[in-house]
Amino acid sequence: MNTRRILYQFGYRRCADQDHPSPARHPVIVVGAGPVGLCTAIDLAQRGIPVVLLDDADRIGEGSRGICYAKRTLEILDRLGVADPCLERGVTWKLGKVFQRDEQLYAFDLLPEDGHKMPAFINLQQYYLEHALVERAAELPHLEIRWRNKVSALKRRNDGVTLTIETPEGSYDLDADWVVAADGARSALRGMLGLDFRGEVFEDRFLIADVKMKGDFPPERWFWFDPPFHDGRSALLHKQPDDVWRIDLQLGPDADATAEQAPERVIPRIRQMLGHDAFTLEWVSVYTFQCRRLERFVHGRVVFAGDAAHQVSPFGARGANSGIQDAENLAWKLAFVIGGEAPESLIDTYDAERSAAADENIGHSTRSTDFIAPRSAQELRFRDAVLALARHAPFAKRMVNSGRLSMPSTYETSLSTPDEDDWSGSARLGAPVPDAPMRTVSGEPIWLLEALGSEETLIHVPNGSPPPSGKHVIVIGHDLIDPEGFFTRRFDATPGSTYLVRPDQHLAARWRHTTAEAIARASNRMKNLEHRT
Amino acid sequence: MSALVTESRFPDPDRAYRALIEAHRGLSDEQSAALNSSLVLILANHIGDPAVFQEALALAKQSLEQTRSAPG
Repeated sequence: MNTRRILYQFGYRRCADQDHPSPARHPVIVVGAGPVGLCTAIDLAQRGIPVVLLDDADRIGEGSRGICYAKRTLEILDRLGVADPCLERGVTWKLGKVFQRDEQLYAFDLLPEDGHKMPAFINLQQYYLEHALVERAAELPHLEIRWRNKVSALKRRNDGVTLTIETPEGSYDLDADWVVAADGARSALRGMLGLDFRGEVFEDRFLIADVKMKGDFPPERWFWFDPPFHDGRSALLHKQPDDVWRIDLQLGPDADATAEQAPERVIPRIRQMLGHDAFTLEWVSVYTFQCRRLERFVHGRVVFAGDAAHQVSPFGARGANSGIQDAENLAWKLAFVIGGEAPESLIDTYDAERSAAADENIGHSTRSTDFIAPRSAQELRFRDAVLALARHAPFAKRMVNSGRLSMPSTYETSLSTPDEDDWSGSARLGAPVPDAPMRTVSGEPIWLLEALGSEETLIHVPNGSPPPSGKHVIVIGHDLIDPEGFFTRRFDATPGSTYLVRPDQHLAARWRHTTAEAIARASNRMKNLEHRT
Repeated sequence: MSALVTESRFPDPDRAYRALIEAHRGLSDEQSAALNSSLVLILANHIGDPAVFQEALALAKQSLEQTRSAPG
């Protein structure tokens, strides 16, 4: 069980840089071809920035690992051109149920709202996502993936980084203006810079088993506190594609990781849970977890993203989702800085915005863990009291915490221009703008987020005055029609309303009525240019 | 902004105290601890003000330390 099967194999290939007498220089080198590294590299390449992506392996192995991808992540993947294969294969779900013993405490519906292109969540084995990303990367002329290229040394210079890279044919050096370290929870680059990775360690052990079976369970997230089949602990059941089910069982702090992974231990537990034998084991892993982060994500020209920068417990699906949101936040900023459209200090706002997001995620995941795995008799009493009260009192139901599922962060950021007008609707300053079903002038359906794409965009609602000018302007009613009023409601739009949307689709500024000067100021501010004259 | 009220509020504090004792009478320590846990959650929600709740937690912690450090 411990040797991972190889699902996709890629080849090492010698590249011209290995024969260079002096190190070849690249604007960006991304280290680590997991979901975060791949998304960063694809986003940069789509923005016209040449990228080299290094990975020490040459394969995608089995083991589903991250399985839940949230709506905002799917919107990002859509912009990167990989949402379709993920949606086709993935299991779309939005209902969750929470049980205590064999009684249902409550059910939740994640997205009761129509008019969004993407569902609330899909479940998909991580290797399918990685494969879709690798295929997309291969289509991009600016992106080169180098397998079995392992970074063995890192030297910082004022204007960049020199990496030493080991390959099956010996080592070579590369210069980079920027390095993105997306090399995972055990980040080698973090070690090379000698950076602390501090936080809270949780002692409870959990067993993940992916089992294959033809089940009658609907595609919902089922979570049990103290289930009849697993006394005193917690359990999770969640559907993946290919008739694979994720089972997550709390084992307690004293469990023996090796013994618990043995099929003769795992199979009886699962038989008890499912009430039958008609399953096979796909993948088993015993894990503990930590909630921790780097103090800073930006170290000169080395920028950390994903698990290399921050780690959370798996409750709430915040690992891969937040990592992909890191990638999106970083990519446009790097592209602007490399393209000379923004000062280098824009990268510091990546640190500010994504540090706050990491703190939010760590906070949520720590609180979920407190609830799911109480650490003392009294913590357990409070937990059980909440569960007991949840049957009678609405306040207690809201306290039941089986994982607060990943939501995108709203950035309290210096890049936003503070609102001067009052706004209702679901659009929020600093948050990703809500999607809406629109039509083109010729009547073709198009989603708002598709129309925004990857560019800084002005959305304007006409009021008789000439519309604002800019590189990418969408005038409602002229460029895009809002046939069902979703845009108008979600953006609280009135004649004259103008919205400035960042290249990562977060809302940077909005006005009821505005001027060219105010728009220019907000656009400069969004690029961290505002304070320069 | 509201603050934690530490002045006496029950018209008859002795009766309030008695109600608490009666609720616990006959319970094992474990049952009492469970009852108290529920009660804390219910009352905390009734307060519903994070700042007041923090003040109450601080006062309780303070009295706990005094008990601990008391001689004898």
